[in-house]
Amino acid sequence: MPVFLTILIGQIFVNNFVMSKFMGICPFLGVSKKMDSALGMGMAVTFVMTISSAFTYLVYQYILVPLHVQYLYTIAFILVIAALVQFVEMFIRKTSPELYASLGVYLPLITTNCAVLGVAVLNMQNHYNLVESVLSGFAGGLGFLMGIVLFSGIRERIEFNPIPKAFQGFPIALIAAGLMAISFLGFQGLI
Amino acid sequence: MASIFIPFLILGGIGILAGLLLGFASKKFAQEEDPRQQLLRECLPGANCGGCGFAGCDAYARAVAAGEVPVGRCGVGGKETADKMAAIMGVSSDAGQPMVAFTACCGTKDKAERRFHYYGTSACREASVIPGGSIKSCRYGCLGFGDCVKACLFDAIHIKNGIAVVDRDKCRGCRACIEACPKHLIRMISKEAAVEVYCSNCERGLDVKDICKAGCIGCGICSRQCPQKAITMQNDLPVIDHALCDGCGLCAEKCPVHVLRLIKEEGSSLKDERVQMVPDVVK
Repeated sequence: MPVFLTILIGQIFVNNFVMSKFMGICPFLGVSKKMDSALGMGMAVTFVMTISSAFTYLVYQYILVPLHVQYLYTIAFILVIAALVQFVEMFIRKTSPELYASLGVYLPLITTNCAVLGVAVLNMQNHYNLVESVLSGFAGGLGFLMGIVLFSGIRERIEFNPIPKAFQGFPIALIAAGLMAISFLGFQGLI
Repeated sequence: MASIFIPFLILGGIGILAGLLLGFASKKFAQEEDPRQQLLRECLPGANCGGCGFAGCDAYARAVAAGEVPVGRCGVGGKETADKMAAIMGVSSDAGQPMVAFTACCGTKDKAERRFHYYGTSACREASVIPGGSIKSCRYGCLGFGDCVKACLFDAIHIKNGIAVVDRDKCRGCRACIEACPKHLIRMISKEAAVEVYCSNCERGLDVKDICKAGCIGCGICSRQCPQKAITMQNDLPVIDHALCDGCGLCAEKCPVHVLRLIKEEGSSLKDERVQMVPDVVK
Protein backbone atom coordinates (compact mmCIF):
# COMPACT_ATOMS: atom_id res chain seq x y z
CA MET A 1 0.00 0.00 0.00
CA PRO A 2 2.74 2.55 0.84
CA VAL A 3 4.11 2.01 -2.68
CA PHE A 4 0.81 3.13 -4.20
CA LEU A 5 0.65 6.11 -1.88
CA THR A 6 4.20 7.04 -2.80
CA ILE A 7 3.37 6.92 -6.51
CA LEU A 8 0.19 8.93 -5.99
CA ILE A 9 1.74 11.72 -3.91
CA GLY A 10 4.92 11.65 -5.95
CA GLN A 11 3.20 12.08 -9.30
CA ILE A 12 0.69 14.67 -8.17
CA PHE A 13 2.89 16.93 -6.04
CA VAL A 14 6.57 16.13 -5.96
CA ASN A 15 7.23 15.12 -9.54
CA ASN A 16 4.32 17.02 -11.05
CA PHE A 17 4.60 16.64 -14.81
CA VAL A 18 4.21 20.30 -15.61
CA MET A 19 5.70 21.90 -12.55
CA SER A 20 8.83 19.89 -11.95
CA LYS A 21 9.39 17.83 -15.10
CA PHE A 22 8.32 20.54 -17.55
CA MET A 23 6.45 18.09 -19.73
CA GLY A 24 3.17 18.88 -21.44
CA ILE A 25 3.91 22.58 -21.55
CA CYS A 26 2.14 23.12 -24.89
CA PRO A 27 -1.38 22.24 -23.71
CA PHE A 28 -0.54 23.82 -20.35
CA LEU A 29 0.07 27.20 -21.97
CA GLY A 30 -2.27 26.84 -24.91
CA VAL A 31 -5.48 25.75 -23.22
CA SER A 32 -5.24 27.57 -19.90
CA LYS A 33 -6.94 30.84 -20.80
CA LYS A 34 -10.31 29.75 -19.47
CA MET A 35 -11.01 27.46 -16.57
CA ASP A 36 -13.70 25.50 -18.44
CA SER A 37 -11.42 24.48 -21.25
CA ALA A 38 -8.53 23.90 -18.84
CA LEU A 39 -10.71 21.47 -16.93
CA GLY A 40 -11.66 19.65 -20.14
CA MET A 41 -8.05 19.48 -21.22
CA GLY A 42 -6.90 18.21 -17.83
CA MET A 43 -9.53 15.48 -17.81
CA ALA A 44 -8.62 14.44 -21.35
CA VAL A 45 -4.94 14.24 -20.39
CA THR A 46 -5.75 12.20 -17.28
CA PHE A 47 -7.84 9.83 -19.36
CA VAL A 48 -5.25 9.38 -22.09
CA MET A 49 -2.35 9.00 -19.65
CA THR A 50 -4.17 6.31 -17.71
CA ILE A 51 -5.09 4.13 -20.65
CA SER A 52 -1.83 4.69 -22.49
CA SER A 53 0.12 3.66 -19.37
CA ALA A 54 -1.68 0.32 -19.42
CA PHE A 55 -1.24 -0.26 -23.14
CA THR A 56 2.40 0.76 -23.36
CA TYR A 57 3.17 -1.51 -20.41
CA LEU A 58 1.60 -4.45 -22.26
CA VAL A 59 3.38 -3.59 -25.51
CA TYR A 60 6.71 -3.26 -23.74
CA GLN A 61 6.49 -6.39 -21.61
CA TYR A 62 4.87 -8.72 -24.13
CA ILE A 63 6.20 -7.52 -27.47
CA LEU A 64 9.42 -5.57 -27.09
CA VAL A 65 11.05 -7.52 -24.23
CA PRO A 66 10.51 -11.05 -25.59
CA LEU A 67 11.85 -9.98 -28.99
CA HIS A 68 14.84 -8.15 -27.44
CA VAL A 69 14.10 -4.85 -29.17
CA GLN A 70 13.62 -2.68 -26.06
CA TYR A 71 15.56 0.11 -27.74
CA LEU A 72 12.55 0.66 -30.03
CA TYR A 73 10.43 1.79 -27.13
CA THR A 74 10.12 5.46 -28.11
CA ILE A 75 8.81 4.90 -31.59
CA ALA A 76 6.69 1.91 -30.53
CA PHE A 77 5.06 3.91 -27.73
CA ILE A 78 4.27 6.82 -30.05
CA LEU A 79 2.69 4.44 -32.53
CA VAL A 80 0.62 2.65 -29.93
CA ILE A 81 -0.54 5.79 -28.13
CA ALA A 82 -1.47 7.60 -31.34
CA ALA A 83 -3.50 4.66 -32.61
CA LEU A 84 -5.12 4.18 -29.22
CA VAL A 85 -6.16 7.81 -28.87
CA GLN A 86 -7.61 7.83 -32.37
CA PHE A 87 -9.55 4.68 -31.63
CA VAL A 88 -10.87 5.97 -28.31
CA GLU A 89 -11.92 9.22 -29.96
CA MET A 90 -13.98 7.38 -32.56
CA PHE A 91 -15.44 5.13 -29.89
CA ILE A 92 -16.49 8.04 -27.66
CA ARG A 93 -17.90 9.94 -30.61
CA LYS A 94 -20.20 7.07 -31.43
CA THR A 95 -21.21 5.93 -27.98
CA SER A 96 -21.45 9.13 -25.94
CA PRO A 97 -21.99 12.49 -27.67
CA GLU A 98 -22.05 14.27 -24.28
CA LEU A 99 -18.65 12.92 -23.30
CA TYR A 100 -17.36 13.70 -26.78
CA ALA A 101 -18.47 17.30 -26.48
CA SER A 102 -16.63 17.79 -23.19
CA LEU A 103 -13.59 15.58 -23.77
CA GLY A 104 -13.37 14.61 -27.43
CA VAL A 105 -12.31 17.95 -28.84
CA TYR A 106 -9.14 17.82 -26.75
CA LEU A 107 -8.18 14.26 -27.58
CA PRO A 108 -6.57 14.86 -30.99
CA LEU A 109 -4.61 17.74 -29.46
CA ILE A 110 -2.80 15.54 -26.99
CA THR A 111 -2.08 12.50 -29.13
CA THR A 112 1.39 11.65 -27.87
CA ASN A 113 2.32 14.95 -26.35
CA CYS A 114 5.41 14.84 -24.20
CA ALA A 115 3.59 14.26 -20.90
CA VAL A 116 1.71 11.29 -22.33
CA LEU A 117 4.84 9.77 -23.83
CA GLY A 118 6.83 10.76 -20.77
CA VAL A 119 4.65 8.83 -18.36
CA ALA A 120 5.02 5.70 -20.49
CA VAL A 121 8.78 6.01 -20.59
CA LEU A 122 9.07 6.77 -16.86
CA ASN A 123 6.91 3.77 -15.99
CA MET A 124 9.28 1.60 -17.96
CA GLN A 125 12.41 3.13 -16.44
CA ASN A 126 11.02 2.76 -12.90
CA HIS A 127 10.19 -0.92 -13.55
CA TYR A 128 6.58 -0.50 -12.48
CA ASN A 129 4.21 -3.43 -12.85
CA LEU A 130 0.86 -3.09 -14.60
CA VAL A 131 -1.11 -1.78 -11.61
CA GLU A 132 1.62 0.63 -10.64
CA SER A 133 1.91 1.87 -14.22
CA VAL A 134 -1.79 2.58 -14.46
CA LEU A 135 -1.76 4.33 -11.08
CA SER A 136 1.27 6.34 -12.07
CA GLY A 137 -0.40 7.43 -15.32
CA PHE A 138 -3.60 8.33 -13.52
CA ALA A 139 -1.80 10.27 -10.79
CA GLY A 140 0.37 12.04 -13.37
CA GLY A 141 -2.80 13.08 -15.18
CA LEU A 142 -4.33 14.31 -11.93
CA GLY A 143 -1.19 16.35 -11.28
CA PHE A 144 -1.50 17.88 -14.74
CA LEU A 145 -5.21 18.55 -14.17
CA MET A 146 -4.49 20.31 -10.90
CA GLY A 147 -1.67 22.34 -12.43
CA ILE A 148 -3.62 23.51 -15.46
CA VAL A 149 -6.78 24.36 -13.49
CA LEU A 150 -4.86 26.39 -10.91
CA PHE A 151 -2.90 28.10 -13.66
CA SER A 152 -6.04 28.98 -15.61
CA GLY A 153 -7.42 30.63 -12.47
CA ILE A 154 -4.28 32.74 -12.23
CA ARG A 155 -4.43 33.65 -15.91
CA GLU A 156 -8.08 34.66 -15.67
CA ARG A 157 -7.14 37.11 -12.96
CA ILE A 158 -4.06 38.35 -14.79
CA GLU A 159 -6.33 39.35 -17.68
CA PHE A 160 -7.88 42.07 -15.55
CA ASN A 161 -4.64 43.76 -14.59
CA PRO A 162 -2.84 46.52 -16.38
CA ILE A 163 0.12 44.63 -17.81
CA PRO A 164 2.93 46.46 -19.59
CA LYS A 165 2.64 46.03 -23.33
CA ALA A 166 5.83 44.01 -23.63
CA PHE A 167 4.54 41.42 -21.15
CA GLN A 168 1.01 40.99 -22.46
CA GLY A 169 -0.07 37.50 -23.47
CA PHE A 170 2.47 34.71 -23.33
CA PRO A 171 5.34 36.48 -21.56
CA ILE A 172 3.33 37.15 -18.42
CA ALA A 173 1.86 33.64 -18.62
CA LEU A 174 5.35 32.17 -18.75
CA ILE A 175 6.45 34.24 -15.78
CA ALA A 176 3.37 33.16 -13.83
CA ALA A 177 4.05 29.54 -14.75
CA GLY A 178 7.66 29.89 -13.59
CA LEU A 179 6.59 31.33 -10.24
CA MET A 180 4.06 28.54 -9.86
CA ALA A 181 6.78 25.97 -10.58
CA ILE A 182 8.94 27.53 -7.89
CA SER A 183 6.10 27.17 -5.42
CA PHE A 184 5.87 23.50 -6.31
CA LEU A 185 9.51 23.16 -5.26
CA GLY A 186 8.13 23.26 -1.73
CA PHE A 187 6.90 19.70 -2.16
CA GLN A 188 10.42 18.40 -2.79
CA GLY A 189 11.50 16.09 0.00
CA LEU A 190 7.93 15.10 0.84
CA ILE A 191 8.70 11.52 -0.16
CA MET B 1 20.83 -8.35 -41.54
CA ALA B 2 18.42 -9.83 -39.02
CA SER B 3 19.12 -7.00 -36.58
CA ILE B 4 17.56 -4.58 -39.07
CA PHE B 5 14.92 -6.87 -40.44
CA ILE B 6 13.31 -7.97 -37.17
CA PRO B 7 12.69 -4.46 -35.75
CA PHE B 8 11.39 -3.46 -39.16
CA LEU B 9 8.93 -6.34 -39.11
CA ILE B 10 7.86 -5.66 -35.54
CA LEU B 11 7.20 -1.97 -36.00
CA GLY B 12 5.64 -2.51 -39.40
CA GLY B 13 3.48 -5.21 -37.88
CA ILE B 14 2.28 -2.97 -35.06
CA GLY B 15 1.67 -0.17 -37.55
CA ILE B 16 -0.35 -2.32 -39.93
CA LEU B 17 -2.31 -3.80 -37.04
CA ALA B 18 -3.12 -0.34 -35.71
CA GLY B 19 -4.04 0.82 -39.20
CA LEU B 20 -6.41 -2.10 -39.69
CA LEU B 21 -7.96 -1.51 -36.30
CA LEU B 22 -8.52 2.18 -37.04
CA GLY B 23 -9.87 1.43 -40.49
CA PHE B 24 -12.28 -1.06 -39.04
CA ALA B 25 -13.25 1.36 -36.27
CA SER B 26 -13.91 4.22 -38.64
CA LYS B 27 -16.37 2.01 -40.55
CA LYS B 28 -17.95 0.58 -37.45
CA PHE B 29 -18.27 3.85 -35.57
CA ALA B 30 -19.05 6.02 -38.59
CA GLN B 31 -21.16 8.99 -37.58
CA GLU B 32 -23.96 9.73 -40.01
CA GLU B 33 -24.36 13.48 -40.46
CA ASP B 34 -27.31 15.32 -41.88
CA PRO B 35 -26.01 16.81 -45.16
CA ARG B 36 -28.15 19.89 -44.51
CA GLN B 37 -26.16 20.57 -41.36
CA GLN B 38 -23.09 21.54 -43.36
CA LEU B 39 -25.14 23.80 -45.66
CA LEU B 40 -26.81 25.48 -42.70
CA ARG B 41 -23.46 25.97 -41.03
CA GLU B 42 -22.17 27.75 -44.10
CA CYS B 43 -25.05 30.25 -43.93
CA LEU B 44 -24.20 31.15 -40.36
CA PRO B 45 -21.64 33.88 -39.70
CA GLY B 46 -19.31 31.73 -37.62
CA ALA B 47 -18.93 34.26 -34.82
CA ASN B 48 -19.81 31.55 -32.25
CA CYS B 49 -21.30 34.27 -30.06
CA GLY B 50 -23.91 32.05 -28.44
CA GLY B 51 -26.71 34.57 -28.97
CA CYS B 52 -28.97 31.82 -30.28
CA GLY B 53 -28.66 29.96 -26.99
CA PHE B 54 -26.40 27.24 -28.37
CA ALA B 55 -22.71 26.63 -27.78
CA GLY B 56 -21.78 28.01 -31.19
CA CYS B 57 -22.73 28.09 -34.84
CA ASP B 58 -22.04 24.36 -35.27
CA ALA B 59 -24.34 23.46 -32.42
CA TYR B 60 -27.11 25.71 -33.72
CA ALA B 61 -26.79 24.31 -37.25
CA ARG B 62 -27.06 20.78 -35.85
CA ALA B 63 -30.16 21.67 -33.84
CA VAL B 64 -31.83 23.31 -36.84
CA ALA B 65 -30.99 20.36 -39.08
CA ALA B 66 -32.51 18.04 -36.49
CA GLY B 67 -35.66 20.17 -36.52
CA GLU B 68 -35.42 20.99 -32.83
CA VAL B 69 -35.43 24.78 -33.20
CA PRO B 70 -36.69 27.17 -35.85
CA VAL B 71 -34.46 29.18 -38.17
CA GLY B 72 -34.01 32.88 -37.42
CA ARG B 73 -32.46 32.60 -33.97
CA CYS B 74 -29.23 34.07 -35.27
CA GLY B 75 -29.14 37.72 -34.28
CA VAL B 76 -25.81 38.29 -35.99
CA GLY B 77 -26.84 37.02 -39.41
CA GLY B 78 -30.23 38.71 -39.18
CA LYS B 79 -32.93 38.32 -41.77
CA GLU B 80 -30.59 37.46 -44.62
CA THR B 81 -29.23 34.39 -42.84
CA ALA B 82 -32.68 33.38 -41.65
CA ASP B 83 -33.98 33.46 -45.24
CA LYS B 84 -31.09 31.37 -46.53
CA MET B 85 -31.52 28.82 -43.75
CA ALA B 86 -35.26 28.72 -44.33
CA ALA B 87 -34.64 27.94 -48.02
CA ILE B 88 -32.44 24.99 -47.07
CA MET B 89 -34.91 23.64 -44.54
CA GLY B 90 -37.88 24.30 -46.84
CA VAL B 91 -39.79 26.45 -44.36
CA SER B 92 -40.70 30.11 -44.30
CA SER B 93 -38.58 32.38 -42.15
CA ASP B 94 -40.28 34.65 -39.69
CA ALA B 95 -37.34 36.43 -38.19
CA GLY B 96 -38.55 39.17 -35.89
CA GLN B 97 -37.55 42.77 -36.22
CA PRO B 98 -33.83 43.38 -35.59
CA MET B 99 -32.85 43.98 -31.99
CA VAL B 100 -29.94 46.02 -30.68
CA ALA B 101 -28.36 46.33 -27.26
CA PHE B 102 -29.19 49.32 -25.10
CA THR B 103 -27.38 50.56 -21.99
CA ALA B 104 -29.75 52.07 -19.46
CA CYS B 105 -27.41 54.56 -17.83
CA CYS B 106 -26.30 58.07 -18.68
CA GLY B 107 -24.36 58.80 -15.50
CA THR B 108 -21.20 60.03 -17.18
CA LYS B 109 -18.09 61.00 -15.21
CA ASP B 110 -19.24 64.60 -14.78
CA LYS B 111 -22.82 63.68 -13.83
CA ALA B 112 -22.58 60.74 -11.45
CA GLU B 113 -20.81 61.14 -8.13
CA ARG B 114 -17.91 58.83 -7.35
CA ARG B 115 -17.54 57.46 -3.86
CA PHE B 116 -13.79 57.16 -3.82
CA HIS B 117 -10.65 56.69 -5.84
CA TYR B 118 -10.66 53.09 -6.92
CA TYR B 119 -7.30 51.38 -7.19
CA GLY B 120 -8.58 47.84 -7.76
CA THR B 121 -8.70 45.64 -10.79
CA SER B 122 -9.90 47.34 -13.96
CA ALA B 123 -12.89 45.11 -14.57
CA CYS B 124 -16.59 45.64 -13.93
CA ARG B 125 -16.89 42.08 -12.67
CA GLU B 126 -14.38 42.83 -9.93
CA ALA B 127 -15.48 46.38 -9.16
CA SER B 128 -19.10 45.29 -8.77
CA VAL B 129 -18.36 43.06 -5.79
CA ILE B 130 -16.67 45.65 -3.58
CA PRO B 131 -18.71 46.76 -0.55
CA GLY B 132 -21.54 48.96 -1.80
CA GLY B 133 -21.45 47.29 -5.17
CA SER B 134 -20.08 50.18 -7.17
CA ILE B 135 -17.37 52.79 -7.44
CA LYS B 136 -20.14 55.32 -7.95
CA SER B 137 -22.60 56.46 -5.33
CA CYS B 138 -25.30 55.02 -7.59
CA ARG B 139 -25.43 51.28 -7.10
CA TYR B 140 -27.21 50.75 -10.40
CA GLY B 141 -25.11 52.71 -12.83
CA CYS B 142 -22.50 51.75 -15.38
CA LEU B 143 -19.05 51.12 -13.90
CA GLY B 144 -17.24 51.97 -17.11
CA PHE B 145 -14.43 49.43 -17.06
CA GLY B 146 -15.65 47.96 -20.30
CA ASP B 147 -16.34 44.29 -19.62
CA CYS B 148 -18.96 44.68 -22.34
CA VAL B 149 -16.39 46.21 -24.69
CA LYS B 150 -14.20 43.14 -24.23
CA ALA B 151 -17.17 40.83 -24.73
CA CYS B 152 -18.32 42.49 -27.96
CA LEU B 153 -17.19 40.66 -31.08
CA PHE B 154 -18.28 43.42 -33.43
CA ASP B 155 -16.65 46.51 -31.93
CA ALA B 156 -20.14 47.86 -31.32
CA ILE B 157 -19.94 49.00 -27.71
CA HIS B 158 -17.53 51.55 -26.32
CA ILE B 159 -16.87 53.47 -23.15
CA LYS B 160 -17.60 57.11 -23.63
CA ASN B 161 -17.01 59.53 -20.79
CA GLY B 162 -17.22 56.75 -18.23
CA ILE B 163 -20.27 54.86 -19.46
CA ALA B 164 -20.87 52.16 -22.05
CA VAL B 165 -22.58 53.33 -25.23
CA VAL B 166 -23.82 51.01 -27.98
CA ASP B 167 -23.02 51.75 -31.58
CA ARG B 168 -26.43 50.91 -33.03
CA ASP B 169 -25.18 50.53 -36.59
CA LYS B 170 -22.58 47.96 -35.64
CA CYS B 171 -24.57 46.02 -33.03
CA ARG B 172 -25.68 42.63 -34.35
CA GLY B 173 -27.80 41.70 -31.34
CA CYS B 174 -25.73 38.72 -30.16
CA ARG B 175 -26.32 39.52 -26.45
CA ALA B 176 -22.69 38.93 -25.48
CA CYS B 177 -22.59 42.25 -23.61
CA ILE B 178 -25.73 41.40 -21.65
CA GLU B 179 -23.99 38.34 -20.27
CA ALA B 180 -20.86 40.34 -19.48
CA CYS B 181 -22.50 43.21 -17.55
CA PRO B 182 -22.52 42.52 -13.81
CA LYS B 183 -24.94 45.42 -13.28
CA HIS B 184 -27.53 44.00 -15.73
CA LEU B 185 -27.75 47.41 -17.35
CA ILE B 186 -27.84 46.22 -20.91
CA ARG B 187 -30.99 44.88 -22.52
CA MET B 188 -32.23 44.25 -26.03
CA ILE B 189 -34.60 46.73 -27.59
CA SER B 190 -36.11 46.84 -31.03
CA LYS B 191 -33.98 48.74 -33.50
CA GLU B 192 -37.11 50.72 -34.37
CA ALA B 193 -37.72 51.88 -30.79
CA ALA B 194 -37.97 55.66 -30.73
CA VAL B 195 -37.40 56.60 -27.12
CA GLU B 196 -35.82 55.00 -24.06
CA VAL B 197 -35.08 55.66 -20.40
CA TYR B 198 -31.35 56.20 -19.88
CA CYS B 199 -31.35 55.24 -16.19
CA SER B 200 -31.73 52.13 -14.08
CA ASN B 201 -31.85 53.64 -10.59
CA CYS B 202 -35.15 52.62 -9.03
CA GLU B 203 -34.73 54.51 -5.77
CA ARG B 204 -36.89 57.52 -4.88
CA GLY B 205 -36.22 60.80 -6.61
CA LEU B 206 -34.61 62.63 -3.71
CA ASP B 207 -31.98 59.97 -3.20
CA VAL B 208 -31.19 59.82 -6.89
CA LYS B 209 -30.87 63.57 -7.16
CA ASP B 210 -28.20 63.61 -4.46
CA ILE B 211 -25.88 61.20 -6.22
CA CYS B 212 -26.38 61.65 -9.95
CA LYS B 213 -27.27 64.75 -11.90
CA ALA B 214 -28.46 62.64 -14.81
CA GLY B 215 -30.58 60.09 -12.95
CA CYS B 216 -34.32 59.55 -13.21
CA ILE B 217 -36.13 61.18 -10.29
CA GLY B 218 -39.32 59.23 -10.88
CA CYS B 219 -41.54 62.30 -11.19
CA GLY B 220 -43.89 60.57 -13.63
CA ILE B 221 -44.40 63.58 -15.88
CA CYS B 222 -43.65 61.41 -18.90
CA SER B 223 -46.36 58.90 -18.10
CA ARG B 224 -48.93 61.67 -17.56
CA GLN B 225 -47.96 63.56 -20.70
CA CYS B 226 -47.81 60.61 -23.10
CA PRO B 227 -50.73 60.93 -25.55
CA GLN B 228 -50.59 57.22 -26.36
CA LYS B 229 -50.50 56.13 -22.69
CA ALA B 230 -47.44 54.08 -23.59
CA ILE B 231 -45.48 54.93 -20.44
CA THR B 232 -46.14 53.40 -17.04
CA MET B 233 -44.19 54.03 -13.86
CA GLN B 234 -42.72 50.92 -12.25
CA ASN B 235 -40.35 51.13 -9.25
CA ASP B 236 -39.99 54.87 -9.80
CA LEU B 237 -38.79 54.33 -13.34
CA PRO B 238 -40.77 54.84 -16.54
CA VAL B 239 -41.36 51.73 -18.61
CA ILE B 240 -42.12 52.29 -22.25
CA ASP B 241 -44.42 50.03 -24.20
CA HIS B 242 -42.84 50.24 -27.64
CA ALA B 243 -45.88 48.67 -29.24
CA LEU B 244 -47.98 51.71 -28.26
CA CYS B 245 -45.29 54.40 -28.62
CA ASP B 246 -45.55 56.37 -31.86
CA GLY B 247 -42.34 58.25 -31.31
CA CYS B 248 -43.84 61.73 -30.92
CA GLY B 249 -41.05 62.68 -28.53
CA LEU B 250 -43.26 64.66 -26.13
CA CYS B 251 -41.92 62.70 -23.14
CA ALA B 252 -38.32 63.44 -24.05
CA GLU B 253 -39.23 67.11 -24.36
CA LYS B 254 -41.00 67.25 -21.00
CA CYS B 255 -38.51 65.19 -18.96
CA PRO B 256 -37.02 67.61 -16.39
CA VAL B 257 -33.74 65.69 -16.02
CA HIS B 258 -33.43 64.73 -19.68
CA VAL B 259 -33.24 61.04 -18.90
CA LEU B 260 -35.87 60.08 -21.45
CA ARG B 261 -34.25 60.61 -24.80
CA LEU B 262 -35.01 60.10 -28.44
CA ILE B 263 -32.61 57.33 -29.39
CA LYS B 264 -32.04 58.65 -32.91
CA GLU B 265 -30.71 61.92 -31.56
CA GLU B 266 -28.05 60.23 -29.50
CA GLY B 267 -24.76 59.97 -31.36
CA SER B 268 -23.73 56.55 -32.55
CA SER B 269 -20.18 56.79 -33.85
CA LEU B 270 -18.08 56.93 -30.74
CA LYS B 271 -14.50 56.76 -29.77
CA ASP B 272 -13.40 54.29 -27.10
CA GLU B 273 -12.31 56.03 -23.92
CA ARG B 274 -12.10 53.20 -21.45
CA VAL B 275 -11.70 54.50 -17.92
CA GLN B 276 -8.12 54.53 -16.77
CA MET B 277 -8.50 54.92 -13.04
CA VAL B 278 -4.85 54.93 -12.03
CA PRO B 279 -3.68 57.77 -14.30
CA ASP B 280 -6.70 59.75 -13.08
CA VAL B 281 -5.45 59.61 -9.54
CA VAL B 282 -1.87 60.35 -10.46
CA LYS B 283 -3.04 63.59 -12.03
